[in-house]
Amino acid sequence: MNSDGGYTIGMPPVATTYGGDIDSLMILLHVVMVGMFIIWGVYFAYCLIKFRATEGGKATYHQSGESASFVPDGVILAFEIWLILAFGIPLWAELKQETPPVEDSLEIHMVAEQFAWNFQYAGPDGKFGRRDPKLVSGSNPMGIDDDDPAAADDVMTVNNLYVPVDKPFILRMTSKDVIHDFQVTNFRNKQDVVPGLETTLWFEPNKEGKYEIGCAQLCGLGHTKMVGNVFVKSPEEYEEWFKEELEYKLADVGTTPSNNS
Amino acid sequence: MSSDHGHHEPDNFWRKYVFSVDHKVIGIQYLITSFLFLLIGFGMMLLMRYQLAMPQPGDDFNPENLGMFRTLLQSIFGDDKMPYGYMAPEFYNQLGAMHGTIMIFLGVVPLGVAAFGNYVLPLQIGADDMAFPRLNMASYWTYLVGGIVMMSAFLAPGGAAQSGWTSYAPLSVTAPPGQTVWLVAMIIIIASSLLGSVNFIVTTLNMRAKGMSLGRMPVFVWAQLVTAVLLLLAFPVLQAGAMFQLLDRVADTSFYIPKDMFYGGTIFPRAGGGSPLLWQHLFWFLAHPEVYVLLLPAMGIVAEIIATNTRKPLFGYKEIVGSMILIGALSFVVWAHHMFVSGMRTSLANLFVTTTMTISVPSVAILTCLLLSLRGGQIRFNTPMLFAVAFLPMFGIGGLTGLPLGFAPTDLYLHDTYYVIGHFHYVVAPGSLIALMGGTYYWFPKMFGRRMDERLGKLHFWGTLIPINFVFFPMLIQGMWGMQRRLADPTLQWHNLPVQGWSMVIGIAAAVMLVAQIPFLWNFFYSIWNGEEVGENPWQATTLEWACPSPPPHGNFAKPPEVFRGPYEYSVPGHDSDFWPQDEAA
Repeated sequence: MNSDGGYTIGMPPVATTYGGDIDSLMILLHVVMVGMFIIWGVYFAYCLIKFRATEGGKATYHQSGESASFVPDGVILAFEIWLILAFGIPLWAELKQETPPVEDSLEIHMVAEQFAWNFQYAGPDGKFGRRDPKLVSGSNPMGIDDDDPAAADDVMTVNNLYVPVDKPFILRMTSKDVIHDFQVTNFRNKQDVVPGLETTLWFEPNKEGKYEIGCAQLCGLGHTKMVGNVFVKSPEEYEEWFKEELEYKLADVGTTPSNNS
Repeated sequence: MSSDHGHHEPDNFWRKYVFSVDHKVIGIQYLITSFLFLLIGFGMMLLMRYQLAMPQPGDDFNPENLGMFRTLLQSIFGDDKMPYGYMAPEFYNQLGAMHGTIMIFLGVVPLGVAAFGNYVLPLQIGADDMAFPRLNMASYWTYLVGGIVMMSAFLAPGGAAQSGWTSYAPLSVTAPPGQTVWLVAMIIIIASSLLGSVNFIVTTLNMRAKGMSLGRMPVFVWAQLVTAVLLLLAFPVLQAGAMFQLLDRVADTSFYIPKDMFYGGTIFPRAGGGSPLLWQHLFWFLAHPEVYVLLLPAMGIVAEIIATNTRKPLFGYKEIVGSMILIGALSFVVWAHHMFVSGMRTSLANLFVTTTMTISVPSVAILTCLLLSLRGGQIRFNTPMLFAVAFLPMFGIGGLTGLPLGFAPTDLYLHDTYYVIGHFHYVVAPGSLIALMGGTYYWFPKMFGRRMDERLGKLHFWGTLIPINFVFFPMLIQGMWGMQRRLADPTLQWHNLPVQGWSMVIGIAAAVMLVAQIPFLWNFFYSIWNGEEVGENPWQATTLEWACPSPPPHGNFAKPPEVFRGPYEYSVPGHDSDFWPQDEAA
């Protein structure tokens, strides 16, 4: 039992809308796997004991059940086809092939690098400032073009992602250097972040809290330390946080509260 | 037949035992070399497990008094690799990449394919040697050179390859020079495998004894044939891929380098236009068939041992052989199930889920046949049989845990976690490697004319089987909790902390497993000279390798054998003994 009273099989608590579907599927698969292993194992143990060599015993030459032996193959094939049709194709489509409508979601750009996650929020105008690799510097890790009017109200954070609860957010991700992988175990989804490509990942968090981001793709010496946090806030707290960030940014103080944490 | 095998028994030591063209000597050379590499890979794993069990200094840490073991580690590996006896992340990454590479390409494949294939396959088909003995010798020496070059990577500035055994670009392209050494070594090792696979295919198709039709070939020969075809068709793709990566590193090309990629804080000065995903496709196009290269010979060995020690025909010979061929064919169309989260076109996932689920069916069929082969038998629990029987449930766990990984939605959660590590190790270590151990005990009397000690063998068996499960099962638990792989110190991420305790269990179990290999090594070398002497056919088996002296002389058979029946005619009603060798005239 987990803290919510639901059954788990050793996974951390789930915090996204679709996470429950993944968990149910994980439980279904593991129940079937354990069940098959037990049935198989019992027969295996029976054979080892029952058919051990005896003094003067004779083994069977003619064997029956050649065609019956295809039954397990057929059952497993049928089960797998059912899995693909009932869960595989629809769930995959929901998680990976489609994203929620952009107008109902919070869209965030992310640029990963050795060994940090850089996030860009579009701000009130809903437009992301242009990025240019030539502008990348120590203080501008994403290479955002400050001359672009759309960038004026953009907010950037490093390693800390703030999102409101119960609203989908869509991450548009790319990497500056090597391949990274954005993983939040409680969200039950992950995606490689690849240089030269834009990959997409979306979540709808349904529980407030702090969740750890880990890099799941070996990215070099600091791979282990490439961590971050997702702070899932109530909509009010999120708005307040964003307002504060924007004020800091417009006042050009340099650092912002979230980047100090 | 001995007149047309093209070479005569050499009379000097170097030609007979070192630069030999005899398939049996080459087989034993492969056997001993691959065991050596397995031990080296195992040693690297122990170092990593020690680090993972205790990744951080405790409150009682005293740099003046590190304790004997950490002081020793620091003095052996130096301050840069093991400061205060704790592992630097770059050294951890090197060991991780090299452990995988060594175990797969220098350990398990040479043992399963080259060692047993070389020694046993020509005997089982009644041939006097391989079709191309000199090519065979070239294959071994190329492999040895490749292995030595691979190990020399540790001497490169910045250490050995450290981008994982998968060497994903662009990390690998910008890695220290050890990666160049890794690529050169891989190109040599692949060349060796290609030489071997051509030889196996031609030998199997052309050198069979009279009466040895395809349908009378032992399952082990079928397994080797399918494996050789996989190697021949899949390895060239990685060969090309490795060549591209080498060019990216030494000739500033951009096969895998996209435009405007950063390296060391500035834009990497390359034309760009390459694709990091291209490497993954080329790599996995080999590396998935490679899984079956690791597995099929092991299944073949298990089939041989089970038939002999149940004293009855295998259940479903045709089903097993057909399944192996089907696995071989399907293994070329499943590779991208390693890439569900890679950023490849998402709609492709459904195709690869379907092919992956399909390939599980012939695997299940083989396992079912091997299980049903026990039914109605007179099972002799000697050491080879213990290993062969243990393969079945261990491979079962490995296969079953592949289900949530091959199924894309659940892979989204499990991908790149310890669940993956647990899964493929169950297939390769308690699976393949256990079977290969069984094969060693089973064919040892043929190789040396003496038997390995049964009591030490059983000690080795239980001393391996029990701890190996305490090594790999906890990894499934850690992965289920979401602990990622390839972390030098998982405790730096708080979400991993609840399952960190299992790493101590794994570390202790791995150390116990090391101790359990001592009786094996002793038994192996002691028995070569002092084991109980045996005749041609100590297990009373039916296949042709038992129809020649132990060890077989140069040219193997006194006169070319003729085959009259299928490979597993045990307990035939009306026959006076409970086995009826393939070459015994009716």
